[in-house]
Amino acid sequence: MATDVAAPPVRRGVVRRAAAVLHRHAGLRLTLLLAAPMAWLVLAYLGSLAVLFLSAFWTVDDFTYNIVRVWNTANFSTVFTEPVYRTIALRTLGIAAAVTVVDAVVAFPMAFYMARIARPRTRKLLVVAVLTPLWASYLVKAYAWRVILSQGGVLDWLGKPVGISSPGYGTAAVVIVLAYLWLPYMILPIYAGLENLPANLLDASADLGAGAGRTFRSVVLPLVLPSVFAGSVFTFSLSLGDYIAVQIVGGKTQMLGTAIADNVTLDLPLAAALSCVPVAMIIGYLLAVRRTGALDSL
Amino acid sequence: MERLVPVAPQNPTAKDRARVDWVHPFEQQTGCKVNTKIAGTSDEMVSLMKTGQYDAVSASGDATLRLIAAGDVAPVNTGLVPNYADIYPGLKNQPWNSVDGRMYGIPHGRGANLLMYRTDKVSPAPDSWSVVFDGASAYSGHVTAYDSPIYIADAALYLMKTRPELGIKNPYALDDAQLKAAVDLLKTQHQAIGEYWSDYQKSENSFKTGDTVVGTTWQVIANMAQTDQAPVQAVLPKEGATGWSDTWMVSSKAAHPDCAYQWMNWIVSPKVNAQVAQWFGEAPSNAKACDQTTDKNFCTTFHAADDAYWKNVYYWTTPIKNCLDGRGATCTDYAAWTAAWTEIKG
Repeated sequence: MATDVAAPPVRRGVVRRAAAVLHRHAGLRLTLLLAAPMAWLVLAYLGSLAVLFLSAFWTVDDFTYNIVRVWNTANFSTVFTEPVYRTIALRTLGIAAAVTVVDAVVAFPMAFYMARIARPRTRKLLVVAVLTPLWASYLVKAYAWRVILSQGGVLDWLGKPVGISSPGYGTAAVVIVLAYLWLPYMILPIYAGLENLPANLLDASADLGAGAGRTFRSVVLPLVLPSVFAGSVFTFSLSLGDYIAVQIVGGKTQMLGTAIADNVTLDLPLAAALSCVPVAMIIGYLLAVRRTGALDSL
Repeated sequence: MERLVPVAPQNPTAKDRARVDWVHPFEQQTGCKVNTKIAGTSDEMVSLMKTGQYDAVSASGDATLRLIAAGDVAPVNTGLVPNYADIYPGLKNQPWNSVDGRMYGIPHGRGANLLMYRTDKVSPAPDSWSVVFDGASAYSGHVTAYDSPIYIADAALYLMKTRPELGIKNPYALDDAQLKAAVDLLKTQHQAIGEYWSDYQKSENSFKTGDTVVGTTWQVIANMAQTDQAPVQAVLPKEGATGWSDTWMVSSKAAHPDCAYQWMNWIVSPKVNAQVAQWFGEAPSNAKACDQTTDKNFCTTFHAADDAYWKNVYYWTTPIKNCLDGRGATCTDYAAWTAAWTEIKG
């Protein structure tokens, strides 16, 4: 009983003293606050990337397929000299770019309506409608598209009166499905950008005699473009890394993701070397996009 | 405690295997504890066995030689497996389950990679693989093929029968020129391919919707599609076919080899062998299993004892440098096939 009573003051004393120390030492405070996230970032995240990069310099035994830890660059020269990997890398880049363009074109009017035209109540409903698909499983959505795109499927049935038929499984199907999957990631940044657009700028533009088109080109687009690029970071990088949607609706299409998945169990070092290609592409894209100020609006 | 790695391609319905139970009776009878892990592909299974955590493994012929070469599995003393005596002789001491006359496992089931086609879309009814090779352009965009480097052997088998001047004696023993011929054939086929398959459910679905009208399949997929009223037919073409014979093997690092041996004897005992074969859609390896199947036509459907049928089936065997047809060390290995497969798919 006595200890129970005595304990709280002691604990409070320790807490109080610790608080006082932290109050006096701003550096210590910051260190403690950031220690856990930094450890996670450096050890778990960057650490695994580093291990991936290092293992790309190993090789596998031709006969036993055991990993041989001998330093060499054979995997990188394979990735850079074999024409098939160049084809796959360029195709993946093209698909990612196409998905990004499709998403930007589809998302802009939707985001514009949500941010500037819809009433507050409708606006909330639309935001919910855009976000809801993100809660459904990726696999379910991809398989649903497999059914939609199949022969005599929904798309064939809907398009029949106007003479449109499904593109079937292939590169076009991959672009459609990825554009569908990542659309919310494009709509939301553009929506945020358009919502923050000061209304008086639009009024000023109108006062100065600019029509809707001119206002869009000279006022809206320059101010919202960083948001479009911010959205493109998601659509582009997610498309570069995808290997599941392409397996489901891609037909015979190979992307970097599937090439990595094909090699990962048999020849891990080659798969690791291949993985460096999308990483390099994403770093290049981020550096390019940074110049537009898009990363500030993320 | 024992852990097992059956490979999935030959056990498509494994996900709800709990409903037919041949594991618990074994545990009760022997006191061995079984932990199973199912691998998605042969390649994945080879990498699982490298961990040394598993006592026994069921492997197809495209994986067995790799496991043996890497020292991941040990030779089996068949004398300690009483049920081995009833295994069909055609499955014993074969290039995909033995080395230098020593068995590296107990065969438990087999199947052929058949040619399936939509009866309403493909006419005349094909009896040759030419429909997916030289004649594939007639069905452009609707041809399918198995998505694995081992599929190169299907092209090699077709060339072996149609272009004797290439000198192919064994579809798994290809020198550089022969591999190139097979790769060229597959690159031509690629133009007509709608999709490659490795997922048996996706493959069945494609045949059902008509996205795929002709291509390789397994008996179990054909049965499923026919049960679903899809107008499909599966045949063993006149050139023969590739196929697989699965073998239970013991890890060289097995912590409980006694349990592994008891498991191997159990899994090929007539009743269990029949259960497993029916569950996974394969021909049982034990001659006495056919009396134990619930479907009395099962062994006829799967040609379990049909020697003439199996004579035309070239079982998956890992391609290795040292040619399987005894020509010497001039052949292309599985690594070369893997690189070629990526190139074929483009």
